[in-house]
Amino acid sequence: MPVPAGDTIDIVLVVNGTARVLPVEARVSLLDALREHTGLTGTKKGCNQGACGACTVLVDGRRMVSCLGLAVQYSGREITTIEGLSAGGTPHPLQAAFIRHDGFQCGYCTPGQICSAVGMLAEHRAGSASAVTADAAASPSLSDSEIRERMSGNLCRCAAYNGIVDAIREVADSQVQRSDGPVRR
Amino acid sequence: MRQFSYVAAADAGSAVDLMTRTPGARYLAGGTNLVDLIREGVEQPVMLVDVTSLPLTGIEELTGGGLRIGALVRNSDLAASPLVRTRFPVVAQAVLAGASAQIRNMATTGGNLLQRTRCGYFYDLAAACNKREPGTGCAALGGGFNRMHAVLGASDSCIAVHPSDLAVALAALDAVVEVAGPDGARRITLADLYRSPADAPDRETVLQPADLITAVEIPGLPEAANSQYRKVRDRASYAFALVSVAAVLRVEDGQVACVRLALGGVAPRPWRAHLTERELLGRPATEDSFRAAAEAELAPATPREHNAFKPELARRTIVAALRRLTTQTGAS
Repeated sequence: MPVPAGDTIDIVLVVNGTARVLPVEARVSLLDALREHTGLTGTKKGCNQGACGACTVLVDGRRMVSCLGLAVQYSGREITTIEGLSAGGTPHPLQAAFIRHDGFQCGYCTPGQICSAVGMLAEHRAGSASAVTADAAASPSLSDSEIRERMSGNLCRCAAYNGIVDAIREVADSQVQRSDGPVRR
Repeated sequence: MRQFSYVAAADAGSAVDLMTRTPGARYLAGGTNLVDLIREGVEQPVMLVDVTSLPLTGIEELTGGGLRIGALVRNSDLAASPLVRTRFPVVAQAVLAGASAQIRNMATTGGNLLQRTRCGYFYDLAAACNKREPGTGCAALGGGFNRMHAVLGASDSCIAVHPSDLAVALAALDAVVEVAGPDGARRITLADLYRSPADAPDRETVLQPADLITAVEIPGLPEAANSQYRKVRDRASYAFALVSVAAVLRVEDGQVACVRLALGGVAPRPWRAHLTERELLGRPATEDSFRAAAEAELAPATPREHNAFKPELARRTIVAALRRLTTQTGAS
């Protein structure tokens, strides 16, 4: 039976390994559920129309913009926000790399950038191509142009793009080394 | 955001029943277009019927080399499918040319085809828009900025373009859409799916509100292994097409033996370039033939104040795509 307009629906929001039952109206976005209902304000509201990527979170390991999802659609799914990336106070390698390479200035887009980069590296490891990959059937190495294309859904109005690309490149390279031995690009 | 009632559909049949009984209800899939339109007040559904948990997420091989793609296959999964990447690279490339990676992880195959044909004035509640409010006029035609707009197949009531990249590739490949509706299942070719705006631009497809796309079939086409999607836009990434071309080409003994071509960014619908195809078939695969065939398609183009560049851009993009496919086969 449909839930009438204005009524709340109990959803199970599983964020960073913690399940919470939340009553939300169907019109509440995943972004607003995270920020207003769970108090996890690391995920940022930028454009609120899917254009800027500031609200990027991971759902079952895949990056998405939480402003364009309704929270009711994500009940029971594993959601990871920027708060869930560090382990016991140790920053995620991408967080550390963003600091080392000045991958931000004001920092507002940074949680989205980092969540997006985590998802992007997983997509690349799975062999996905991108719009700048010459052969659609090939699994390309992660050149700077590949990184830029794959991160084009995250805008940075401070234009810290060079530092962002450097940070992601460093982590991508260290992952290649860990999995394949001392391979250089 | 305005309020609406909500139901997560358990199966396609009950979803169609509920939609049939509820005027003003809309299906919800990935939400990347619809949620945005509701938030802006452009769409005002009384109910959302969420179909995202229906089992329509498979990609199956058909006899003859074709593929049947479930309507809820995410754009990113479609582009990552080895079957799609090897048999229909034009489809994988078109998907990867659209939106952002985050949006491709959410958006579905059926939803991509049914995203609204739109322009900035459709979103602007203060502007006249025959699509949003029939009979109010068209800001894009009435002195507005119309750089992005259609040069083929538009009408005096609306010149917005259909923004899907995927639909352009599917148009070139003669795809067929499977639909579940109040009277059962039926199949509609992609060519027949989209309506011309004529005097009712608010109706973009032949589907009725309760019709649910369940799958898209791409018929087998061995030539499609040599295919390309070429998109020209104002930014290098994450922008709608000014012009795009989906092309399939097979050259035999220097002659065009098979050609499929469709254009995006130029019309209110994915634009199959039949005139170019007819002109090219059996002709030498040369720059001159490509150019002449492109001229044929764009001859009836009607540019507006700010997009006079589009016909020439379309011609050049057609030639560039065909040239690339000629080189790729090494047959010229």
